[in-house]
Amino acid sequence: MRKIAIYGKGGIGKSTTTQNTVAGLAEMGKRVMIVGCDPKADATRLMLGGLAQKTVLDTLREEGEDVELEDVMKEGFKGVRCVESGGPEPGVGCAGRGIITSISLLEQLGAYDDEHELDYVFYDVLGDVVCGGFAMPIREGKAEEIYIVLSGEMMAMYAANNISKGIKKYAESGKVRLGGLICNSRKVDREEELIRAFAEKLGTQMIYFVPRDNMVQKAEIHRKTVIDYSPDHPQADHYRNLAKAIEENDMFVIPNPMTQDELESLLMEYGLYD
Amino acid sequence: MSVLLEEPKRTEEFDLEEIVENIIRVYPTKVARKRRRHIIARDPSVPQEIEANVRTVPGIITQRGCCYAGCKGVVIGPIVDMVHIVHGPIGCSFYAWMTRRNQGVPREDGHYFLEYCFSTDMQEENIIFGGEKKLRAAIKEAYEIFHPKAISVHATCPVGLIGDDIHAVAKEMSQELGIDIVAFSCEGYRGVSQSAGHHIANNGLFEHIVGQDDVELEGFTVNCLGEYNIGGDAWEIERILDRCGIKVASTFSGNGSYDEFRRAHMADVNLVQCHRSINYMAEMMETKFGIPWIKVNFIGVKATSKSLRKLAEFFEDDALSKRIEEVIRDEEEKAEEQIAPYRERLEGKTAFLFVGGSRAHHYQDLFSDLGMKTIVAGYEFAHRDDYEGRDVLPKIKVDADSRNIPELEVEPDPERFRPRKDPETLERLRQMGIVDTYEGMMRDMGPGTLIVDDISHFELEYLMETLKPDIVCSGIKDKYVIQKMGVPSKQLHSYDYSGPFAGYRGAVNFAKEIDMLINNPAWSFTRAPWEKAPLIKGAVITE
Repeated sequence: MRKIAIYGKGGIGKSTTTQNTVAGLAEMGKRVMIVGCDPKADATRLMLGGLAQKTVLDTLREEGEDVELEDVMKEGFKGVRCVESGGPEPGVGCAGRGIITSISLLEQLGAYDDEHELDYVFYDVLGDVVCGGFAMPIREGKAEEIYIVLSGEMMAMYAANNISKGIKKYAESGKVRLGGLICNSRKVDREEELIRAFAEKLGTQMIYFVPRDNMVQKAEIHRKTVIDYSPDHPQADHYRNLAKAIEENDMFVIPNPMTQDELESLLMEYGLYD
Repeated sequence: MSVLLEEPKRTEEFDLEEIVENIIRVYPTKVARKRRRHIIARDPSVPQEIEANVRTVPGIITQRGCCYAGCKGVVIGPIVDMVHIVHGPIGCSFYAWMTRRNQGVPREDGHYFLEYCFSTDMQEENIIFGGEKKLRAAIKEAYEIFHPKAISVHATCPVGLIGDDIHAVAKEMSQELGIDIVAFSCEGYRGVSQSAGHHIANNGLFEHIVGQDDVELEGFTVNCLGEYNIGGDAWEIERILDRCGIKVASTFSGNGSYDEFRRAHMADVNLVQCHRSINYMAEMMETKFGIPWIKVNFIGVKATSKSLRKLAEFFEDDALSKRIEEVIRDEEEKAEEQIAPYRERLEGKTAFLFVGGSRAHHYQDLFSDLGMKTIVAGYEFAHRDDYEGRDVLPKIKVDADSRNIPELEVEPDPERFRPRKDPETLERLRQMGIVDTYEGMMRDMGPGTLIVDDISHFELEYLMETLKPDIVCSGIKDKYVIQKMGVPSKQLHSYDYSGPFAGYRGAVNFAKEIDMLINNPAWSFTRAPWEKAPLIKGAVITE
């Protein structure tokens, strides 16, 4: 079972990319589980055709200790198993602690057990790594492969660099490695070159360049992945290619995060500072 | 571990500077540099500075407590008629269940909650989803069961981390229930010691409770600030003042009462016993209401008399002064007569004092009444002014840790400000050292003494081995380490199980207890026979 976590700046398209890619893997016949690690609980929406999922933490709160795996897990598109960790309302409590609690509960309930014959687990994690709770999936070997979703925009790269620092910290003491950068294009000038150069500096690869296409949004409005909504659309093939690239990936590294100065001069070189 | 049964040398025979160097030598460079500034071999002929109220060096096993301990445990907790709710996991509550042995009695209304322990008992779910709802429910539940006139809410560490807005909850519930509800952001991690919690507690009491009820008080009235009624100290002080004809309007906060705090601003003068924990209140009350404060020490026979004479000077009333002198004569005579037999057995003995932010100073007077000398003293959480006196205040640098604690902007109250003395008299009293001043501990310690701030266990053990004190007064964290070294230890936080030690009768109690501790024959049996002499004899046989 490959254990993958998807990180990236807030709003970059992590959940969209993850679900579209997972749809590609599911189409290939892989057995996948997605664990949403965001209090908004929208990481499995396209798999389930809406926000139909009761979160782990809400269930735990309502049912007490008496929780079954079926209460928190639903099967979606092509049998993909979907879990939402959930969490507090914005501005209260501690969402990071929530993720820790929720992943521990999933383990106790046997969500990862061999009997499920899972090929992949995907953790879709909120925004930046802001505190220990959000680093949970990369700690203690919960996730062993990390993919960072980013675009050629400065803040997205800045976040990616920070996430690399988090990975490095835990990679040195554990099994987690960076599998690559997924560029979710924003049509920034020379974006592909920039991300390739950035990936090289980090010591990793740009595993795929996902071009921008309105079909993604259109499918999303219909609560579906592109593969599900419009299987013949060229964008669907891009996600299938990304799924294949991940399936075949064998480059797993401990990243070398850049300093602020290095990052800025890279952006300068590729003309972002004009 | 060394033997403490040999006849101790007198401290004059030691080179204290050398002892300090021996301590510092074992530390890593950075720790050595820091600790060096916390240890002073006393030399009254030169001005001396000490470092205090800064972060504890990790690994030295400090005696200090946390901010929450200072707020809930020390200043607010002893108020008998308020319900004190701890917002946090249950462990924090357990350790604040008034183990300091603060005594109290209900007033006429029968409100007395000192024996209860209120906690929101936060669970993981409350950490994740926020604990405000549970706090609201706890306040409501406590109110419905006990109907207190006021409730305090104390934040523990996790509450600050997850950002529960306890002040908003307190305000909302105060409006809903129609009683005062005061929240204290005294998360354990704030500041460098419990001292931060004292300040936060002072601010909250002052802002929300003190000076709300203008009831005229009759006769000579005082508030006892920084007196926590451990083992009944406050009652002995009250008894003596009462004999003199002075009424205690309120005590902050041993046996404290909400109603009495509300009218505390009507008293004539504030008496400050523990300068460290309550000087904020004294200063703010003077600025807002015009009440001067007098630093007193009711620990020790002579010290008590000296404090009473300060009161006579302040009130400038012949009849009162006469009465005070009569009381002093009578009480001193009785106390000294009772202390005499103990003094005979204690004369010349030595003591170490590591306690509080004032007690290490106060108890030196009492030990000197017993003919004993305090050779090493230090505070856990005091600031430089408690060592060097208040004239050092402008020179204390405000670091980031202190800035973390809010300083209230206080102005004279347009209606309630009432000067107790005309400006000239007040100035004269200040010059005489009667009001608004504290000289600190250092000035009362002569040559041949050591001052150690925030002492570490290594320093304690080394000093015990070298200077061989007859008793060490400290707290629960080191009491049994000390006793295992064969030296009796008296807790001066909780008084173990006795008291009062304040005032004249308290001094007698203390004398008796110290005699029982030091002259207890048990100490001579703490060394096993094989430690004194070999049990088997052997010889080296050569072939």
